[in-house]
Amino acid sequence: MATTTSTPTKAEAPANKLSARSINFFYGAFQALHDISLEIPTNKVTAFIGPSGCGKSTFLRTMNRMNETIRNTRVEGSLILDGQNLLDMDVTYVRRRVGMVFQKSNPFPKSIFDNVAYGLRVNGITKRSVVEEAVERSLSHAALWTEVKDKLQKPASALSGGQQQRLCIARALAVEPEVLLLDEPCSALDPIATLKIEELLFQIKDMTTIVIVTHNMQQAARLADFTGFFLLGKLVEINETKKIFQFPAKKETEDYVTGRFG
Amino acid sequence: MVRHFERELDQLKAKLLEMSALVESAVYRSVQGVVEKNEQLAQQVLKNEARINQLELEIDDMAIGLLALQAPMASDLRLVTAAIKINNDLERMGDLSVSIAQSALALMREPLIRPLIDIPHIAGLAQSMVRKALDAFVNRDPEMARSVLAADDAVDNMRTASYHELISFMEANPTQIQQALYLLSVIRNLERIADHSTNIAEDVLFLVKGIDVRHHNEARRTNEAQDRAN
Repeated sequence: MATTTSTPTKAEAPANKLSARSINFFYGAFQALHDISLEIPTNKVTAFIGPSGCGKSTFLRTMNRMNETIRNTRVEGSLILDGQNLLDMDVTYVRRRVGMVFQKSNPFPKSIFDNVAYGLRVNGITKRSVVEEAVERSLSHAALWTEVKDKLQKPASALSGGQQQRLCIARALAVEPEVLLLDEPCSALDPIATLKIEELLFQIKDMTTIVIVTHNMQQAARLADFTGFFLLGKLVEINETKKIFQFPAKKETEDYVTGRFG
Repeated sequence: MVRHFERELDQLKAKLLEMSALVESAVYRSVQGVVEKNEQLAQQVLKNEARINQLELEIDDMAIGLLALQAPMASDLRLVTAAIKINNDLERMGDLSVSIAQSALALMREPLIRPLIDIPHIAGLAQSMVRKALDAFVNRDPEMARSVLAADDAVDNMRTASYHELISFMEANPTQIQQALYLLSVIRNLERIADHSTNIAEDVLFLVKGIDVRHHNEARRTNEAQDRAN
């Protein structure tokens, strides 16, 4: 591969931010993922859909090594992030580059401000003006700034469920991750709060590559540029969202998106 | 916050408006080809057909994409379904304009057997229906849409009268049948353009008011036809 000393500009950014090569994953003796290979395009939203237990969340969690917190698990294959296998990297470094937002919002028992500033401080950024600027920017990108700008020192727990989830997104964005993983981020939210999250994801995809796992097929349809369908630990099909929902190539995908599954 | 979905709907509307403008000018130019013997305008109609056809494909693709991916509801759903139907009507109107333009080019080759009287009238009425139907769509104006429905009967009556007249003419002048047939075809195509305008007006009423006037309208016409027959 040609090397370049100049900083890569957006135009030079690789078409694919992340490539999975033959990922197998085991919970003990149980194989949860079978030979998953796929590409995650840069600055696009990629969604994974599939019935419960199909492996979509497990796969998402391998992408920032979250499964390593579970005992007796094992991963095979490689996950190439900008040319390097992230399975071989320092885990803290991986998680700074690949952020994650979970199904249930999990703000720290701290103020709104400190929640967003947390990742920066952990990474050694303490200069007040820099932190303040990053907090405002992250909250704005998470479409939360106007709602909380006058109560930044209030506890995060005082926010509504939808606001807390946007706060978690702001917290993830504060360290400017290259990839943002979201594991069913809207499943506990009402339609309006869901819409706000979907819109903000749409807004921030210029800055970060987004991968979202969702139970809600319509959410994938509305939001994602690319959609992958998982079934029984295998990737059945991944393609442009429009193709998956209009002309899926595989019968299993057709059955799932038309609700004839099972 | 402007929803991403709203932006896509706006793009769909913009495409439909571009197509409307092209079709409206195709109708106008084809009529000028016949009435003013303007060959240049008639040729432009033939040339612009490809763009209209292309837009038909693009609009269908966008509308089906919106249905598949955005699951639109209520007025959004009516807009997308109306767009699919209006798209179809517009494309047909474009085709009919091409037929008229072709007749115009054929009619230019020889002197007319008699001055055009009915065709400019029917053309004027049909064009005003096209314009009003599209204005009704753009402005979501149900009153304007209703005025299109009202005008359709007049066009039908004029067409019937012209038919009878041309048939009599052909019976009296069997050597001039070819030209008479071109004129007949122009009249028939104008009448069909008016019908498509009516369809668009009906879709506008469905879009704006959520009411389906198609069958009531049909019943009304059937009654009137029977009245005329009696």
